Amino acid sequence: MTTVNMTVNGKAVSGNIPDNTLLSEFLRENLRLTGTHIGCDTSQCGACVVHINGMPVKSCSTLAVSLDGAEVLTIEGLTKGGKDAELHPMQVAFNDNHGLQCGFCTPGMIMTGIDMVKRYKAEGKDLTSDAIRAELEGNICRCTGYHNIVKSIEDAATKM
Amino acid sequence: MYSTKYHKPASIADATAALTAGEDATILAGGQTLLATMKQHLASPSDLVDIRAIDGLSDISADGNVLTIGAAATHTAVASSAVVRDVCPALADLASGIGDPAVRNVGTIGGSVANNDPAADYPAAMLALGATIVTNTREITADDFFEGLFSTALEDGEIITAVKITAPAKAAYAKFPQPASLFALVGVFVADGAGGVRVAVTGAGEDGVFRQGAMESALGANWSAGALDGVAASQDGLMSDMHGAADYRAHLIAVMAKRAVSAA
Ligand SMILES: Cc1cc2nc3c(=O)[nH]c(=O)nc-3n(C[C@H](O)[C@H](O)[C@H](O)COP(=O)(O)OP(=O)(O)OC[C@H]3O[C@@H](n4cnc5c(N)ncnc54)[C@H](O)[C@@H]3O)c2cc1C
Ligand code: FES
Ligand code: FES
Repeated sequence: MTTVNMTVNGKAVSGNIPDNTLLSEFLRENLRLTGTHIGCDTSQCGACVVHINGMPVKSCSTLAVSLDGAEVLTIEGLTKGGKDAELHPMQVAFNDNHGLQCGFCTPGMIMTGIDMVKRYKAEGKDLTSDAIRAELEGNICRCTGYHNIVKSIEDAATKM
Repeated sequence: MYSTKYHKPASIADATAALTAGEDATILAGGQTLLATMKQHLASPSDLVDIRAIDGLSDISADGNVLTIGAAATHTAVASSAVVRDVCPALADLASGIGDPAVRNVGTIGGSVANNDPAADYPAAMLALGATIVTNTREITADDFFEGLFSTALEDGEIITAVKITAPAKAAYAKFPQPASLFALVGVFVADGAGGVRVAVTGAGEDGVFRQGAMESALGANWSAGALDGVAASQDGLMSDMHGAADYRAHLIAVMAKRAVSAA
């Protein structure tokens, strides 16, 4: 068992956990942040993507104890405010463009989408629909056929 | 995953101590391969020694035309490094094509080289560029380092600290990805470097990465895609599996080699 301290969605959290605890387990079981989904647990599907120190990472393939002092952002951390929460522009875009059906892959899609929009903006590159498809290489959706996910990210890119 | 004890040493000396003390201690880098192996119970190390906090192990630098990449540098760091882009752009391109963005943010060059997966990308680059693999105890040439499927010249507990590459005059990598795994079904790295023209093939060999001698001779005489016309890759020693038979892989080696030469 190891005590780990990190910042999750802006709040300091800590846990005394077995060393083999995955970040996905720590978030879901210890912190009850169940918005991060586990689709495959083998690093293929991307449903578990969260940001660690600003970078998207598959939380099912990262040990929680290795993240002492890290800043973690999950889907729950995107909205501002409590009861009258304001959705993140990426969440609004998925809603507006029918970018989800069952919604299982959506948290990972949104965390991945936000990163690609930020990165392309910072580098001054054009986030074309081909680029979005390439960036989504590690995110699998079993429902939508991807077209509306791509549209959602394109839409959010104009609003972020 | 079986239980294990996690260590995060700040120096090579501390890492070596932890690796020696543990009954069955293993080096952990990005964990993008190792954690999956542990989940499947194919590995059950008593101790994990995370090398990523070791001072300087993620550094990337160039001294003249010699590029040194720390073992813990992530694929993203290599892909976006201005130094790598300057000295060996083919290597930055290769790194940007490994897996997906989330894997690239965590997976490391040392982990990939140490793992020597027969379909991994970096081994082809190391062999074609005549790279030197630097460990905590010695320097190993790429020719001596890659020994076979998932096997290398590394001793138990030996830590790769960096890889060193001399800038080639020309180099490029062309990969035909296996669409589900994203690894190379066939990948060919061509380089015209200090050690002459070298062509290294990954994804195809039953014993992992290998050099394609006939193509090296043809390109040594005339560096052009056309020089490879009629230089067929042999099917001997190539893998046959559900993703492609040996003759298909042999055909792809020729196609990828030409693409790489044209891009170099
Ligand atoms: C979805 C997915 C797609 C992928 N696609 C590709 C791809 O297209 N091409 C490709 O090449 N790879 C691919 N990979 C593999 C990826 O590149 C891994 O990051 C890499 O193979 C292992 O690096 P790591 O840092 O994660 O190492 P780890 O998983 O931490 O370690 C791997 C092995 O290397 C040993 N090791 C690690 N660092 C050192 C060191 N410094 N010295 C000695 N031993 C060490 C460990 O003990 C372990 O045995 C993919 C992986 C995933 C999950
Ligand atoms: S649950 Fe992590 S990638 Fe599928
Ligand atoms: S919306 Fe169902 S998996 Fe993507």
